[in-house]
Amino acid sequence: MKLNAPKTIEEFMAQAYAMEVEAAQRYSDLADAMDTHNNREVAELFRKMAVIEGKHGTQIMEEMGWKTPPANAVAPSWEGFEAAESVPIDDVHYLMRPWHALQLALAAEQRAERFFAELAKSTTDASVRKAALELQEEEREHVDLVRAWMAKVPQPEKDWAEDPDPPRYDE
Amino acid sequence: MNDIATAAQLTAASFKSAVKPVWCPGCGDYSVLSAITKALAIIGKPPHEVGVVSGIGCSSRIPAYTSCYGFHGVHGRALAAATGLKVARPDLTVLVTGGDGDGYSIGGNHFLHACRRNVDLTYIVMDNHVYGMTKGQPSPTTEPDWDSKLAPGGTKIRVFHPLVVALAAGANFVGRAFAGDPNGTAALIAQAIKHPGFSFVEVLSPCVTFRPEQKEWKSMVRPAPVEATDDPVQAARRVMTDDGMNLGVLYAGDRPPYALDYGRAPKNVTDLEMEFRV
Repeated sequence: MKLNAPKTIEEFMAQAYAMEVEAAQRYSDLADAMDTHNNREVAELFRKMAVIEGKHGTQIMEEMGWKTPPANAVAPSWEGFEAAESVPIDDVHYLMRPWHALQLALAAEQRAERFFAELAKSTTDASVRKAALELQEEEREHVDLVRAWMAKVPQPEKDWAEDPDPPRYDE
Repeated sequence: MNDIATAAQLTAASFKSAVKPVWCPGCGDYSVLSAITKALAIIGKPPHEVGVVSGIGCSSRIPAYTSCYGFHGVHGRALAAATGLKVARPDLTVLVTGGDGDGYSIGGNHFLHACRRNVDLTYIVMDNHVYGMTKGQPSPTTEPDWDSKLAPGGTKIRVFHPLVVALAAGANFVGRAFAGDPNGTAALIAQAIKHPGFSFVEVLSPCVTFRPEQKEWKSMVRPAPVEATDDPVQAARRVMTDDGMNLGVLYAGDRPPYALDYGRAPKNVTDLEMEFRV
């Protein structure tokens, strides 16, 4: 997917804001889905991630001095269709464990780090480059935080996906 | 319902209700719901000026998940209900949502005539080539050789080509989107809403439970290599010969939408009752 590098700092931050909002919304949707399917542990984890990403969005608003969010800004994509920090909707399983959820969060943060690194390389605007490098550094910190979180969470059992009453019978 | 929000304040969240979807985690319909709410934010009409009508099926649950006026109708009859709504309330933006079973099988006849009538509706079909809600029966768009417990060896029946049928029947806008691209889908739906007449948007929306192999669609879809045409014959030839993975606006026609002659219509309910008095 080709990226149209933003030309101004306002445009760049509007896209960065959209990226955080979309990531927060996706985590929130995933939390709802897990709640519905009674996977409370993972729902709670996704809910926490939604709050964290939402705070990053608020932080951007404050840094830019925006009173209201930029109207209908679209998060840019670099790899695939969606914004770098959004967990793909189809990467989840109703029986997934918190460790799996953190794996997805880790991959999302790594994509975001790569995204800002690539953007810093491709932009011709010095202020956009500076901001992209700052956000890249923030995303790198998030990668470390998620890794530290994963270290505290037990790895899933081998039979984590086994359901004695599965929705689909193949035999 | 958010009556006081102005167009500038409307965001995708303004169009989401507090009802949580019950779809399987990973279902493409989550993304389509997100795309619809984003598209409505782009259009900028408040929720009380939008009606969302559906039939039956997983994807037909969408009206409940929006803050717009909603109507969850009977199986396959969403387009009939939506046509009535739009003709009675032309001021409303009317979206119709459903799946391939609801729209192409049970509702196939309504689909043909909705295209033909060209009432100003936007029909969004989440096509996953299977009846998911009822546990995985083949639908009209299921591949003939799809082998499953419910259709051993496959149905051996050729697939229905909804886009070609829509073009032949007179739809005024035809496009294809992919659920894994919610922003692209939102932009396409917004274009479809803005286009006058009957707009048909087919969204490839993977069923992760009964068709897990559809997760591969994300590596198969691509933007259509050619610009949209206003020639339905050319558009039909293209969609008949592509592999079903080209995304974007495929046809945008200029047929005037159906318009009821309100001058001849009864002015109020009392007048209508008088007409039918025996």
